[in-house]
Amino acid sequence: MNKIIIENLSLQYSDGTESLRDVSMGIRQNAVTVLFGPAGGGKSTLLRCLNRLNDLTEVKASTGRIMIDGENILDPKTDVIALRRKVGMVFARPVPLPLSIRENIIYGLELAGEKRKSKLDEAVERSLKLSAIWDEVKDRLEEPAIALSGGQQQRICLARVLALQPEIVLLDEPTSGLDPISTGKVEAALAELKKEYTVILVPHSVQQAARTADHAAFFLTGELIEYGDGKTLFTNPKQKRTEDYIMGRFG
Amino acid sequence: MEKSLSWREFIITRLIQSSGYSAIIFVALIFFFLLREGLPTLGEVETSSLLNIRWYPIEEYFGILPLISGSLIVTLGATLIAVPFGIGTAVYISEIAPRWMREILKPLVELLGGLPSVVLGFLGILVLSPFLRVFLDLPTGLTAFTGSLLLGGIAVPTVVSVAEDALDSVPRAYREGSWALGATKWQTIWRVTLPAAKSGVLTAIMLGVGRAIGETMTVMMVTGNAPVLATKLGSLFSPVRTMTATIAAEMGEVANGSTHYHVLFFIGMVLFIISLIVNVIASSVVFRAKKRAERILS
Repeated sequence: MNKIIIENLSLQYSDGTESLRDVSMGIRQNAVTVLFGPAGGGKSTLLRCLNRLNDLTEVKASTGRIMIDGENILDPKTDVIALRRKVGMVFARPVPLPLSIRENIIYGLELAGEKRKSKLDEAVERSLKLSAIWDEVKDRLEEPAIALSGGQQQRICLARVLALQPEIVLLDEPTSGLDPISTGKVEAALAELKKEYTVILVPHSVQQAARTADHAAFFLTGELIEYGDGKTLFTNPKQKRTEDYIMGRFG
Repeated sequence: MEKSLSWREFIITRLIQSSGYSAIIFVALIFFFLLREGLPTLGEVETSSLLNIRWYPIEEYFGILPLISGSLIVTLGATLIAVPFGIGTAVYISEIAPRWMREILKPLVELLGGLPSVVLGFLGILVLSPFLRVFLDLPTGLTAFTGSLLLGGIAVPTVVSVAEDALDSVPRAYREGSWALGATKWQTIWRVTLPAAKSGVLTAIMLGVGRAIGETMTVMMVTGNAPVLATKLGSLFSPVRTMTATIAAEMGEVANGSTHYHVLFFIGMVLFIISLIVNVIASSVVFRAKKRAERILS
């Protein structure tokens, strides 16, 4: 079942850099959908449209629709704050807020008005477990999150998103700065996540794309070139350009 | 060839070194001069007389408490005005204003910072103090409050530009992380951006206070210069005289080497010590924040 339907989405930044050109695709529920392609292809832009984070950058023009559960989230009347709670995002560089580990996790919940300590504690434990970092930090929740290693920080960032119990999780190259072991842990967490969430991942390599994708979409200079089942796309791509990229002939 | 290069290197190094040392020596000399001219006060005037509440040098009354209280009350008032306005403006410029607005406001604020204080004092005498006299129904418009308002205005640009730099250096990723978790712009500013820029914002406040406490011209022009001990809140609306204004007004007509002359230098010492304290607090706050950050990152 399609959780998100993107219809004819086009976008241009004011400085004319990265943009999207007439992108249409449906994104499945409870699956990992991978958006891959060379840099500047519009992958991050698309992610940032899905939680309207682009509202805060200088966008010249955007057209098209993004339907999540049947509602167009690009509609100016959309409650952006509620949308961002429903569509969580993890960034390329793990940037924990300058707070303690626990405060990082409950930040979003507190903003949403949750004050009960039992609920907050429960959310901390649940989301840290789901992000596969509970055992590493459970005895040091009051320490500053910046003291953790890069891989741990990234899982904290994932956990603070999960604490809000979103429906969709966006990950923008979440493992680009991590060592292989941490990367493995994050990827393992993803496999767990898709049971409950709709996961959209911009991977940092084609290999990661192939490893994690249930569905994969290949983007090149703002256009969606090919989209389909992950296994098929990586073993038997229909488009020449997709094949060239996967084989490492450019990019 | 190589030899001449190393000679040049040597000379340049020494040149830079000596200019570095000379800056320190000059400050030390100023301090020494201040002590030499100020310390005899303690021998010439009894301490109890210095701590008196009457400043009337012609009749040998050298109570400096009214001057200290005058400086403190004007500075306090200025701080109360400059801090909220300064930080508010900095937040607006750095976080809220659209880019074109920022490009107008930033240079404008720095321009205001360069406004000669005598011009502000002039405005104070001609515009602000008559207005306050009528508006607040006071016997005179030349009060501590008038001085506070103007000093606040003088300190605001300092606070704004330092605090704005501090806010600007907070990584954008902090803000985006916060927004993506469903925080509003205001929640992000209050809970993430401002705390992250805390040490810079504190420095801004301290520099603003330092600017206000050392200011002379404006306060001399608008505070009425009556050496009356400020004891209650109401003193804010009566004339006061600050330490800086006293030195500036009386130094020109005092006999070199007289007791009065020494007392004026003594006041200079007190002023020096007060701004030293402010600066030490400021840098220790910054230092502590830095050490904490280093500890976290190690």
